[in-house]
Amino acid sequence: MSKKVATREAYGEALVELGRVDNRIVVLDADLSTSTRTILFAREFPERFFNFGIAEANMMCVAAGLASCGKIVFASTFAVFASGRAYNQFRTSIAYPRLNVKVVATHSGISVGEDGVTHQCVEDVTMMRALPHTTVIIPADGIETKEAVKASIEWPGPVYMRLGRPAIPLVYEEGYKFDGRALKFEVGTAMKLKEGKDLTIIATGMMVTEALTAAASLAKEGISASVMNVHTIKPLDESAIVKAAKQTGAVVTAEEHSILGGLGGAVAEVLVENAQVPMIRVGIRDAFGESGTTSELLVKYGLTASDILAASKRALKMKR
Amino acid sequence: MTVLDDKRTPHDDELVARLNSVALKLRRDILIMTTKAGSGHPGGSLSSADIMTALYFHHLRHDPQNPRWEDRDRFVLSKGHGCPALYAALAETGYFPEDTLWTLRKMGSILQGHPDMIKTPGLEASTGNLGQGLSIALGMALAGRIDRRKYRVFALLGDGEMDEGQIWEAAMAAAHFRVDNLTAILDLNGIQLDGLTKDIMSLDPVPDKWHAFGWHVMEIDGHNMREILDALDGAEHVKYMPTIIVAHTIKGKGVSFMEGQVKFHGTALTEEQLAKALKELQSERSEN
Repeated sequence: MSKKVATREAYGEALVELGRVDNRIVVLDADLSTSTRTILFAREFPERFFNFGIAEANMMCVAAGLASCGKIVFASTFAVFASGRAYNQFRTSIAYPRLNVKVVATHSGISVGEDGVTHQCVEDVTMMRALPHTTVIIPADGIETKEAVKASIEWPGPVYMRLGRPAIPLVYEEGYKFDGRALKFEVGTAMKLKEGKDLTIIATGMMVTEALTAAASLAKEGISASVMNVHTIKPLDESAIVKAAKQTGAVVTAEEHSILGGLGGAVAEVLVENAQVPMIRVGIRDAFGESGTTSELLVKYGLTASDILAASKRALKMKR
Repeated sequence: MTVLDDKRTPHDDELVARLNSVALKLRRDILIMTTKAGSGHPGGSLSSADIMTALYFHHLRHDPQNPRWEDRDRFVLSKGHGCPALYAALAETGYFPEDTLWTLRKMGSILQGHPDMIKTPGLEASTGNLGQGLSIALGMALAGRIDRRKYRVFALLGDGEMDEGQIWEAAMAAAHFRVDNLTAILDLNGIQLDGLTKDIMSLDPVPDKWHAFGWHVMEIDGHNMREILDALDGAEHVKYMPTIIVAHTIKGKGVSFMEGQVKFHGTALTEEQLAKALKELQSERSEN
């Protein structure tokens, strides 16, 4: 896990690769193409790329119009604008009529770093998963991002995909493998990365790496933890989550997002109705962030492997 | 910037008379369906009835038997609350039976309170949250450009909707991308939900604003069928820039006690008022 790749970089590369084989793909941006990396597509396919300037609301509805004429539209900006700034546009013009628009939001979460609260979106998953017809995907690393972008083309309807700014460690090996095992990205199917019997750590996005590290530390203390990558928050793989909860009897969720309504909220909803086991949510505890380096912020806001480790021990204590 | 002179296509008297008679029928349908529904937006539907008629019964290339025909012209009702006028036009042109109109806003109906493009055949967009339709229409126009298709895109805007910032985002973008297969029509009836637009939020000078945003601007009487038809034809000859037809209209047009009345923005007529209104719309027809 030494090589680091930003999920947004992988997204930009995936768009170019897919744009070469599928001319239905049209890409939109709102003056952030250099940052979201859609600029890679813009350079190669200028006739299928439109930059709308700093006008996200317009961009979202233009995406709807393009999609209604058969285009597969990728619309990108930072998560804080993609969700909150243009929420009503996404809701009414894209989600309601189930149009084939993939909103790929970069610079999500607190890992944005120095730009501070105005650019650190920690509530987008809560908002977007509340919308009917909407699929919410958070890839765990650059390799999975490429698979997710590819899969989203085959998955009709509105998609919100959440990517990050910083380069993060690779969870998967080239060719989308884990421990040498070849995998297939399926929207809505959670991926068990590690089998364990004492508890299940359910993670998403950049926290998957942290969850694996935490599980390795737990193993040293004789605690056997399952690790599950829930790359699709909606539709949530409820049966896999319920099964894992019943098998291990305790659950910890981990996300670089608010604990209110994101992965933790979604898992809690499922478990309270189907498998009431002790559960602890690791995430941002109802707070705005602040300026700082990514690693400083992850430590301060409790988003590291050691936070997952501590939460796991608490969950195990509750289990007994 | 190349703007050809508006070519005034002669429209014969017979055509104009036929369309005026259709518009009257749409007006009656609008009032009957909103009264049956017990709610809805009759005022702004009546102000756009003539424009809707010119589009659906003459200007648009569309096929009610094949609503998803790829080369059809697209019409987006950005002022989604004016959907009774659009529903009446769709029924009258054969997208669905006239009886369907009487199910407006009722449980299980394909005619929702605001347009739902999935439920209603012939609808191109789900609108009703104001300010979004022009952007949607721009997306359709850009798709037509990418695919080198000849269809044209039309968006009907309300004047209250001009308050929305997104309208101006779309206006800027359409001019920036030199989109000339897009025509906006502004139903400038001067009234929004809370009162007169000049009291709620000043819009003037409307044509100057659009001109400044890089649009070709035409001004017409939105209840003069010949002027509407001429303007729609003229817009097709404007190259490398979008066109807006600023149509001066009267809210509640066609019914004496509704004209210019704020309260009929979002209130249906009572049965008694309806009977009176239909009588007026009947007699007006015989005069034509």
